[in-house]
Amino acid sequence: MKDFEYYAPKTVKEAVSLLGKLKGDAKIIAGGQSMLVLMKQNMIAPENVIDIKGLSELDYMKYDAARGLLLGALTTHRTIEKSPMIKERYPVLAEMEDNLAAVQTRNYGTIGGNVCHGDPAGDPSTVFVALDAKLKLAGAGGERLVNTEDFYKDYLEVDLKEDEMLTEIQVPNIPANTGVAHEKLMFQKADMGIVGAAASITVNPSSGACEAARIALSNVASVPFRSKAAEKALVGKVLNDKVIEEAAEAMAKEISPPSDVHGSEAYRKEMVKVFLKRTVKKALERAKAKS
Amino acid sequence: MKGEPKDLKFTVNGKAVELKVKPKALLLDVLRNDLKLTGTRTGCEVSACGACTVNLDGKAVRACSILALQANGHEVVTIEGVADGDKLHPIQQAMVDHGAIECGFCTSGMVLSARALLAENPNPTIEDIKKAIQGNLCADSGYTKYIEAIKIAAGKMQGGKA
Repeated sequence: MKDFEYYAPKTVKEAVSLLGKLKGDAKIIAGGQSMLVLMKQNMIAPENVIDIKGLSELDYMKYDAARGLLLGALTTHRTIEKSPMIKERYPVLAEMEDNLAAVQTRNYGTIGGNVCHGDPAGDPSTVFVALDAKLKLAGAGGERLVNTEDFYKDYLEVDLKEDEMLTEIQVPNIPANTGVAHEKLMFQKADMGIVGAAASITVNPSSGACEAARIALSNVASVPFRSKAAEKALVGKVLNDKVIEEAAEAMAKEISPPSDVHGSEAYRKEMVKVFLKRTVKKALERAKAKS
Repeated sequence: MKGEPKDLKFTVNGKAVELKVKPKALLLDVLRNDLKLTGTRTGCEVSACGACTVNLDGKAVRACSILALQANGHEVVTIEGVADGDKLHPIQQAMVDHGAIECGFCTSGMVLSARALLAENPNPTIEDIKKAIQGNLCADSGYTKYIEAIKIAAGKMQGGKA
């Protein structure tokens, strides 16, 4: 690892002003569970590292009926996994965390760090796209909100300006008659997903037709991938195996997944179809159980 | 100046420690090289094997994946701080008695993962134990004995006759 200068600001304001002062030559570290691996490999070698792990003002989890879930960027994975409120209102997040790395990583790693790491194999970004979450960014010029799906620009590249940092993830209420599910392909539990899928499905309780769908996939593109073709194939129809199969085929035409040691392009394409179908079916069952 | 050592003040195995460390020093480096606490193992160094597991504020974490400076002001317990003097901790005693040892390389990490589990959940199920040591690899595949020993230790700690 290369040497760097280390800063530990006490407030978000101080962190943002440091970012401004260091003009793009700085990298924020939170739990560092992804970032330190890249630094050890010299894939990134920041001149300055700003450690925000100690900013207790960003370590919170709040729910209110009007706004939904507000997750401070420094909430650990483990806190989300163990929260009774999350299990009750956003069970998909608890399920996702149960498969996200090992306990040691979840104890120290933060949800905001994961989101900002920008790895298209990441689970939270995929689930947040399906949940239509928004990200609150703080910068020298004030705050702005971006949709999770717009935050990702390329492999490990996110929409953060030099002087900006993520402070909060806002997850809306899961609408009535809606089910959400996430699954990923792992060699063993808690591995990075070779591919993964998250689905949010809303059904009309009287007609049984799909009223709304959000489908997000991991590790099939350079960013978390929202499949609008699959969504289009589902909305307006009563979902059965045939319709869901057609949605998976429509999605497969949209993607050119990467090939690597974990799976070829063709394998990923086949497997992500399987996971799309599984999660849509699971989300559908959950939506029906609620209606 | 870049890379200049900075003050680190933290508690290690109950003792206040103060030293200067380079910003890029990992918690694992400082424990092993500066403090000579070599019971914490250097394994994969990429957060995959769990051999470097220590307790940070009572929670299991990987010392290879935390900057030493991030432990500033916090409490670290390593395998050297688990026993009460010469008296082994019930987890250690159960591992010895039950033969949950194998080559020993992963043992300190296993003990620290188990210690954090039992602090949070004194009466774990087998499933809870499996999840707690899921991030600790044993190259000898000695998992069954470890799981059983942790269950025995939990029983003894509950029964008060460790």
